[in-house]
Amino acid sequence: MSTTKTAPAQADSSPVRPRWQTLLIRPETMTFMLLVVGVFGGSVLSPFFLDLSYILRSFTLYSELAIVALVLTMVIIAGEIDLSPAANMALSACIFAWAQASGVPIPLAIVIGLLSGLAMGALNAFLVIGLQLPSIIVTIGTLTLFRGLAQVLAGDKSIRVPEWFIGVDKIMLAGIPLPVVLFIVLAIGLGIVLGGTIFGRNIYQIGTNEVAARHAGIRSARIKSSLFLLVGLVASVAGIMTASRLGSVRYDIAAGGELQMVLMAMLGGTYIFGGRGTILGTFLAAWLLVIVSTGMIVANVLPAVQLVVLGGLLIVAIIATNLIYSRTQR
Amino acid sequence: MTDTAVAPLISARGIGKTFATVDVLRDVDLDLLPGEIHALLGENGAGKSTFAKILAGVHRPTRGSIALNGKPVEVTSPVVAQKLGITLIHQEPISFPDLSVAENLVIGAAEDGWFSRVPWAEMTREANRLMDLLGVRIDVTRPMRGLSIADQQMVEIARALASNSRLIIMDEPTAPLTPREVETLFAIARKLRDEGRTIVFISHRLEEVRALCDRVTIFRDGNKIATDTIGNLSDADIIRLMIGRPVKEYMHKTGATIGEVALEVEGLTLPGVFSDISFSVRKGEIVGLGGLVGAGRTDVAKAIFGVTPAASGTVSINGKRVSITDPSQAIALGLAFVPEDRAVAGIFRTLSVEQNISVAVPKQLAPGGFIRRAVERAMGEDAVRKLSIRLASLRQPIGELSGGNQQKAILARWLLTDPGVLILDEPTRGIDIGVKAEFYSIIGELAAQGRAILLISSELPELLALCDRVLVMSEGRLTADIPRSRATQEAVMRAAVPRRSTTEGAAA
Ligand SMILES: Nc1ncnc2c1ncn2[C@@H]1O[C@H](COP(=O)(O)OP(=O)(O)OP(=O)(O)O)[C@@H](O)[C@H]1O
Ligand SMILES: [Mg+2]
Repeated sequence: MSTTKTAPAQADSSPVRPRWQTLLIRPETMTFMLLVVGVFGGSVLSPFFLDLSYILRSFTLYSELAIVALVLTMVIIAGEIDLSPAANMALSACIFAWAQASGVPIPLAIVIGLLSGLAMGALNAFLVIGLQLPSIIVTIGTLTLFRGLAQVLAGDKSIRVPEWFIGVDKIMLAGIPLPVVLFIVLAIGLGIVLGGTIFGRNIYQIGTNEVAARHAGIRSARIKSSLFLLVGLVASVAGIMTASRLGSVRYDIAAGGELQMVLMAMLGGTYIFGGRGTILGTFLAAWLLVIVSTGMIVANVLPAVQLVVLGGLLIVAIIATNLIYSRTQR
Repeated sequence: MTDTAVAPLISARGIGKTFATVDVLRDVDLDLLPGEIHALLGENGAGKSTFAKILAGVHRPTRGSIALNGKPVEVTSPVVAQKLGITLIHQEPISFPDLSVAENLVIGAAEDGWFSRVPWAEMTREANRLMDLLGVRIDVTRPMRGLSIADQQMVEIARALASNSRLIIMDEPTAPLTPREVETLFAIARKLRDEGRTIVFISHRLEEVRALCDRVTIFRDGNKIATDTIGNLSDADIIRLMIGRPVKEYMHKTGATIGEVALEVEGLTLPGVFSDISFSVRKGEIVGLGGLVGAGRTDVAKAIFGVTPAASGTVSINGKRVSITDPSQAIALGLAFVPEDRAVAGIFRTLSVEQNISVAVPKQLAPGGFIRRAVERAMGEDAVRKLSIRLASLRQPIGELSGGNQQKAILARWLLTDPGVLILDEPTRGIDIGVKAEFYSIIGELAAQGRAILLISSELPELLALCDRVLVMSEGRLTADIPRSRATQEAVMRAAVPRRSTTEGAAA
């Protein structure tokens, strides 16, 4: 793994691109540099940005979305997309809250919430893999469906959760809020899976050329289905965590969250056409996004303008990764 | 060397190309004359395609200059090349799979504004005219996706014809074509030459080069070795210039012990594609599957391997009936399949060579669940050595290798699975003469080790040289099963050519 050795028995082969150069043109490097710039820029706005605990507390607000974005990254690398997890978060949180409000003990209500998230993932998997429909359209459909069902279930009211269940974000592990710890642990876990196992590698292979992947014996249907299921499950975990952080559940929690999730993946250099991207990239991009968003709030930017900035950022990220990848693709 | 009475159409001077730090072309001077067909020859990875791509604006040369009709030009992009009258037919057809054939044919030809009406009727008429010219019967309103590679290639050629170019470069255009299509193509090429246009023709088949070309240029390791009139060079000269060493002649090993039936297929049918296919391949046996392109051979292979399973019929491996509905099951049963359509079904273009080689053996690669880089590196290095794959690094994206070297990497992938039954679909397509001979001995060795081999090939000499038995398919049916002793070009061709009504009349 260390240095690029040249192949043996090749008299005329010369070394490839030096390692530092390949590193420099990786999109994650770009994300990292933006992150550094973001921290410095933020610290000019407010000295809080140099305070780690302030950043951690801000990150907690986005941690649920960031957790789902990690799994979403894998879906995008596999050449698909899932826009429904934010709505899934809302619906599974509503189902969970509704269940416990109607007397179901909390542990059981959690299980019901998680199962419903899994079922939502299964519905996506069935439509995309079973019926071979394009995932972008399918998940726009299910996004609307889940959000609608959440509203039907919860109405316009918020459903409260018991006092003792409130506050995952207040639980600290070594000074780090639990949701952030979860995010970091999941990132490490998924990073190892994606980068070091056959399953992870198959995800890249499917996203690069699904026909060739099938010919090579890779069970692309099975792998893609499991990814949709995983997104569904993790989204419901995120939804229930949100319920605990907010103390009550409404149908519109995580509204518009799909934008943030996709943005985290894209800013981290995941290639929208599949086959490329890393967990590290999304990990860094999540922090970047938190810093940018918090910076805008500190700077009193109007919410509408914040949206404009995020949308613009998404487009710039897609263009930049496309450029980087097309350069190395020739 | 040449009597340059005519002014050259293209003069390339001192062309060099460096990818990253690898010199792929060095100081190439070449003149292309109007009204000539000029062959580019050389081993896999010698730089033929790269040179062609530089002329056509796909790559910019690192050094050197190009003059068109004596005036220096900068071919900065394929669009510029097109404007200058230079068209490249790519080695791997790249078209717009979801557009119709007709649309693909006229893409870029329409010069009127963005919002002008699309003249569908006219377009279809023009497309039909071009296809008639080429003598191919393709419904021009069909989408490109789903056409055979041969048909896609014909569409690419037609597109070049439609563009009225002064220089048409064909990069291995004949590889997927039937002999009849090759003849048509040659006739058209000659006609274009007689109109004063220039054609550059890249091929690994010497007999084609001899039949068609006026002059040849030979590349070796990125250097131009020689340019001469074809008549001045013997085959031996050409091979010596190309490879720099004599080529081993392949000898058929007789008396390889042929064992039990390894693969047996009975009554395999996929309506509209092939029907009632029955045959068997024994251990240690090389069975050829000949026929014209489009006869359904690839579809049979895909059915056996579970890519597109047959509707009815049975497959048995080592005497046991099996049901294979997915390639992963086929692989588990010891089958391997080197597909014909490398770009679509074979390679992961942007992934590393080593990853492309190791993909079919996940258990060996990651015994404890985690990928062992050292194991992978060893597999890659082994393959590079055994098949003499030419590359800069195993971590290079496989798309950067030359066509022939990609093919070798795919073969290496399947050899790693240690298959009991190996299905090879046009395995030597795009492979140079030197390596072909090596390939043949590898295939022979694999059989000698007791593997059953089904070899699909459109090259008769290859089938006749290698196979113990030759099956022939025509229009989705098996029409002959010829033992080695009676296998001749004529016998195979007779069974391969579709016979309408006559057979039915005779059979009745
Ligand atoms: N984009 C690229 N990046 C890096 N190396 C490349 C790239 N394209 C080609 N090469 C290298 O350039 C060399 C020449 O390749 P080229 O495709 O021109 O060979 P070729 O003569 O057409 O061979 P073949 O007969 O196999 O098609 C090869 O060693 C190949 O690996
Ligand atoms: Mg080539």
